[in-house]
Amino acid sequence: MGMTMTQKILAAHAGLESVEAGQLIEANLDLVLANDITGPVAIHEVEKLNKKTVFDKDKVALVPDHFAPNKDIKSAEHCKCVREYAKEHGITNYFEVGQMGIEHALLPEKGLIVAGETCIGADSHTCTYGALGAFSTGVGSTDMGCGMITGQAWFKVPSAIKFILTGKPSKWVSGKDVILHIIGMIGVDGALYKSMEFTGDGVANLSMDDRFAISNMAIEAGAKNGIFPVDDKTIAYMEEHSKKKYTVYEADEDAIYDAEYTIDLSKLEPTVAFPHLPENTKTVSEAGEVKIDQVVIGSCTNGRIEDLRTAAEILKGRKVADGIRVIVIPATQAIYMQAIEEGLVQIFIHAGAIVSTPTCGPCLGGYMGILAAGERAVSTTNRNFVGRMGHVDSEVYLASPAVAAASAVTGKISQPSELGL
Amino acid sequence: MKACGIVHKYGDNVDTDVIIPARYLNSSDPAELAGHCMEDIDTDFVKRVQKGDIMVANKNFGCGSSREHAPIAIKASGISCVIAETFARIFYRNAINIGLPIIECPEAAEAIEAGDTVEIDFDSGMIYDKTKGTEYKGQAFPPFMQKIIESEGLINYINENK
Repeated sequence: MGMTMTQKILAAHAGLESVEAGQLIEANLDLVLANDITGPVAIHEVEKLNKKTVFDKDKVALVPDHFAPNKDIKSAEHCKCVREYAKEHGITNYFEVGQMGIEHALLPEKGLIVAGETCIGADSHTCTYGALGAFSTGVGSTDMGCGMITGQAWFKVPSAIKFILTGKPSKWVSGKDVILHIIGMIGVDGALYKSMEFTGDGVANLSMDDRFAISNMAIEAGAKNGIFPVDDKTIAYMEEHSKKKYTVYEADEDAIYDAEYTIDLSKLEPTVAFPHLPENTKTVSEAGEVKIDQVVIGSCTNGRIEDLRTAAEILKGRKVADGIRVIVIPATQAIYMQAIEEGLVQIFIHAGAIVSTPTCGPCLGGYMGILAAGERAVSTTNRNFVGRMGHVDSEVYLASPAVAAASAVTGKISQPSELGL
Repeated sequence: MKACGIVHKYGDNVDTDVIIPARYLNSSDPAELAGHCMEDIDTDFVKRVQKGDIMVANKNFGCGSSREHAPIAIKASGISCVIAETFARIFYRNAINIGLPIIECPEAAEAIEAGDTVEIDFDSGMIYDKTKGTEYKGQAFPPFMQKIIESEGLINYINENK
């Protein structure tokens, strides 16, 4: 029986010729990740294990990014816990403030994950690395901790849904619009326990940053992972960023899928997810008049250089609407530096936005842009649950960097065409 | 093993941000987390909940963030079992790994109401609604997961088996 791309990677890491959906396996891990929120819980748990040493100090990544730079004393204690563990165990890939970035932008950029590998991370958006053709999935702290010590994790082999992407997206339609469209179509549990496998000739028309955004939000459809085939763009990215050897897996012709959807990228429009679920999608044309108070451009979904370039293209020579707070957060130090060198940061500041050091901050209502009761934000982040960015009576509208930037200028949910772009 | 208690009922897509809001994630102390459990969708839950009570919800319970603080908060609040139509996958793993009993049972999730007294027999997977006099068969765990549960979590399982 044919296997999906995900099943092939899992079989190879479990030392098996083949696997099938529903099978329980133990797979070897190539990378295990935690952050400053999930790391301390994992570190506390693994103290109870008989074995104390990590399985491979080069294959563990610890990234304080959520409440770092430390937002308060308790967060400082958490970051300290992770820092001290990393030092004690000689963890190669610990990233201190100054080198740190948002984990899911940072790890691919540092070349720590490549095609054909398996990765678990104690962060639900670990599924981001599917963009590189790797199997990666989010887990909790105990799974992460046990993976960090044993180098293995148990999985139930997932079945899959196939998304055949065709055509080329129009100028202001990005990977974010593609994934919001898909979540709107299948719902927040539409891919529960399953893989989302993206394929079709439209993939070639998506940049790596588009693909990272799409795989990143696979979890918002309930998926275990969201994976892309490896093509010239993937190989170019990996060769630029990594020295690791990669392995290309392709789904078998006769692989079995629970469902198949064909999406013509050329037909998609800028899309926004209304509160309080990512599945509540509308095109911006259908959104009506929604006045806003804040715009956030950043996060593990959309804090990459192309996201910032798109936002800057719209904000260049324009001003943020009166009374709107606009927060731009480059996802890593390298992206931040590149944005400075390309003049993007100047454009943002001239427009009336602020630019922050890398942090997850506002995405999860941590700090740096908390909403008061009744306030609304257009955000390029990934969740718009009740209270996600602040008060339970505040609202988050998820959108692309293009829509976020256009909305910053008009003060209401807008798309670039409304600015004559 | 059995659990018996009063039901707290919720709907679809209860996410981990409402189970334990991120503003409290600067702590990982179970008692402190329990003090804020469910507060963004059910402000009185913490005052109402009694040790042994049962949480029942519809589909995709525990969706969103991977924070293990969510099942930790529920367990520390005194909840003895969560019954749902379906669970989000990371929450499902986390609950098993920390030893919070959970059961998937669409029929029970649909029919059981807030305030009902419910008993669960984990060995048989049977769920009894004592208020309504009805019973349901929950989905049994595969043997592999049963072993983790019997070891009272993944840490003990690894210590015993690796």
